[in-house]
Amino acid sequence: MNTKGEGRIHGSGLEKFFWAGVDVGASTTKAVVIDLEATMRGFHVQRSGVDYAGGSAACLEKALEKAGVSLESLSCVVSTGYGRYNVPMAKRIKTEISCHMKGCYHYFPHAATIVDIGGQDCKVIRVDEKGRRVAFRMNRKCAAGTGAFLEEVALRLGLDISQLDSLARRSTRKVQIGSYCTVFTSTEILTLIRKGEKVEDIVRGLFDSVVQRILEMDPLDGTIVLTGGVVEHNPVLAEALGERLKTNVFIPPHPQLTGAFGAALYGLEEDRAG
Amino acid sequence: MGLGQSSDRREFSATKKLKQVMAQHFQELDQAVKRGSPKVAWCTSVGPAELLRAMGFLVYFPENHGAVLGASRKAMDYIPVANALGYSPDICSYLTSDVGAYLRRETPLVQTYGISGVPKPDVLVYNTNQCRDVQDWFHFYGREFKVPVIGITSPRGVEEVTEAHVKDVARQMEGLVPTLEQVSGTKLDMDRLRHVVGLSRRCSDLWKEVLETASAVPSPWTFFDHTIHMGPAVVARGTQEAVDYYEILLKELQERVKNGVAAVEEERHRLYWEGMPIWGKLRDLANLFMRLHSCIVASTYCNSWIFTDFDPDDPFHSMAKAYTNIFICHAEGWKEDYIERIVNQFQIDGILFHDAKTCPNNSNSRYSMPQRLQKRLGIPCLVIHGDLNDLRCYSEEQAVTNIEAFVEQLEEN
Ligand code: SF4
Repeated sequence: MNTKGEGRIHGSGLEKFFWAGVDVGASTTKAVVIDLEATMRGFHVQRSGVDYAGGSAACLEKALEKAGVSLESLSCVVSTGYGRYNVPMAKRIKTEISCHMKGCYHYFPHAATIVDIGGQDCKVIRVDEKGRRVAFRMNRKCAAGTGAFLEEVALRLGLDISQLDSLARRSTRKVQIGSYCTVFTSTEILTLIRKGEKVEDIVRGLFDSVVQRILEMDPLDGTIVLTGGVVEHNPVLAEALGERLKTNVFIPPHPQLTGAFGAALYGLEEDRAG
Repeated sequence: MGLGQSSDRREFSATKKLKQVMAQHFQELDQAVKRGSPKVAWCTSVGPAELLRAMGFLVYFPENHGAVLGASRKAMDYIPVANALGYSPDICSYLTSDVGAYLRRETPLVQTYGISGVPKPDVLVYNTNQCRDVQDWFHFYGREFKVPVIGITSPRGVEEVTEAHVKDVARQMEGLVPTLEQVSGTKLDMDRLRHVVGLSRRCSDLWKEVLETASAVPSPWTFFDHTIHMGPAVVARGTQEAVDYYEILLKELQERVKNGVAAVEEERHRLYWEGMPIWGKLRDLANLFMRLHSCIVASTYCNSWIFTDFDPDDPFHSMAKAYTNIFICHAEGWKEDYIERIVNQFQIDGILFHDAKTCPNNSNSRYSMPQRLQKRLGIPCLVIHGDLNDLRCYSEEQAVTNIEAFVEQLEEN
């Protein structure tokens, strides 16, 4: 691919005109490649595993392959996520809090409250109409309200994590799950099973409890945008949150990639700023 | 980059003297225990140490030992020992570290100061101005050593310290005297008390002055330095040594300010630390803030040893006032006004609240203060969850991500 040539066509004056973001999360690593118009050209998601450096390189390589872009035509790689310091190709490092904000604001350019539910933590970020962060908060130490929590409970219920969304949608009855703590929740679930509650109602109760945990972090007003891997695979969560708040909850395209996309946007913006 | 690297903190020449003052403090206590004289009193860190000194006691502060256990990370070996005895992981981790160390018959003081162990008390004297935990903590040792435990119950959560509060506390302090006379075998000499209160006032004024040098831009030192150099203000106030020490330190700081020496290279952000230090992570955090070009210039914690109410002409009343007028005894409104003053005085851009799991008393983020202050002062506030000593309550990953994101926010806005 003649990257230089295309660069001239775009008239950007930039020799390299693709940008990548790599988000090394607690469970999965995401890589996104964008072009000068901030269009996503390619992406890849894989498990983070134990070798963050090797994993992030492989993940980026796959995303580049899908985008049909060579490593040399990347102007800048920005890393984010728990493993952000372990991405050897990264020229810049940004926290996932900033990257989720940046990625969401791109799609919803107005004041918003962003909720990111990741594998290991949950964040609430408030952005003003200019895309400036006003405040942010992360969940406390407990896993309740995160992807890890759902995984743990699915395991207890003998379910595959991929079944949760469709099961929850079949629920006809509300059951309440109230504990903060994953271990206590598992005990609560045993009680529910003993009581004869249906598995789909229990699963829906789980999503409602995730919503409850989020509402304990922040009152969530204004435009709500939900991101992260959990909502990507369980869109029912957005519905549960919307029902609870009696409002629409927005989800950007590929919510699991928002962090990596935001990271790439940082690179692009910096180059544009010169 | 990041954690675990050696500290790039600029050392102070005064540190040598600091070590001497601290060593002398512990060695004198050690010798007193060996000789049986003078008597040793254990005292809470914001307790009536002046009265004890004036009555001839050498004074030992268990909270200081708690901090030593935290900073050396030994606390993590000892807290579970106390937990197993029924001292919950939810109560003060100074208490649980200290009690655990006692049960194991270990202390880092032996190695650091060459002493034989924690000096045994002849009497324990507490003040509940900070919390109730200290009372239960001291009673543990009262039972162990079979010595008297006496104390003062202070008002808490007050909007304003009134004359009635002060009179009550002063009366309680006077009420300690007969027991103390009995244990020490000496009568209280009011002139000596005035002298000691005068020395404490001088120490406190100097401590205030050294802390205020951080209002210079760039700041010559950071919160992490403060936590090291506060030792004499805690354990040796009321002595000439503490006064001498802060005079030396003040000169060095003034020199740094004059020469524009920055504690944090290219200081870009000036922050306030609200709450207890995370003792076992001071070095890592100091390096993190250094890397982020952010200087923590002031803190509630280190300011807590400023007692401007001490008055040698009116010792009991002024001690009562000084020890009741501390930050921790006040209601939210008073605390917010206080923080606002400091934010303005030190040109602070953001506030970090440390919510210490085992010390609700020093965790001021729990009644929505960060939200109120953020609105009122127009600067961002961040809450970090952790603990003073119990690192089981601290997630380094989360804390670092939060702090980095906070600095990114300061940079972008
Ligand atoms: S104020 Fe907090 S740290 Fe100090 S003794 Fe009380 S509970 Fe412990």
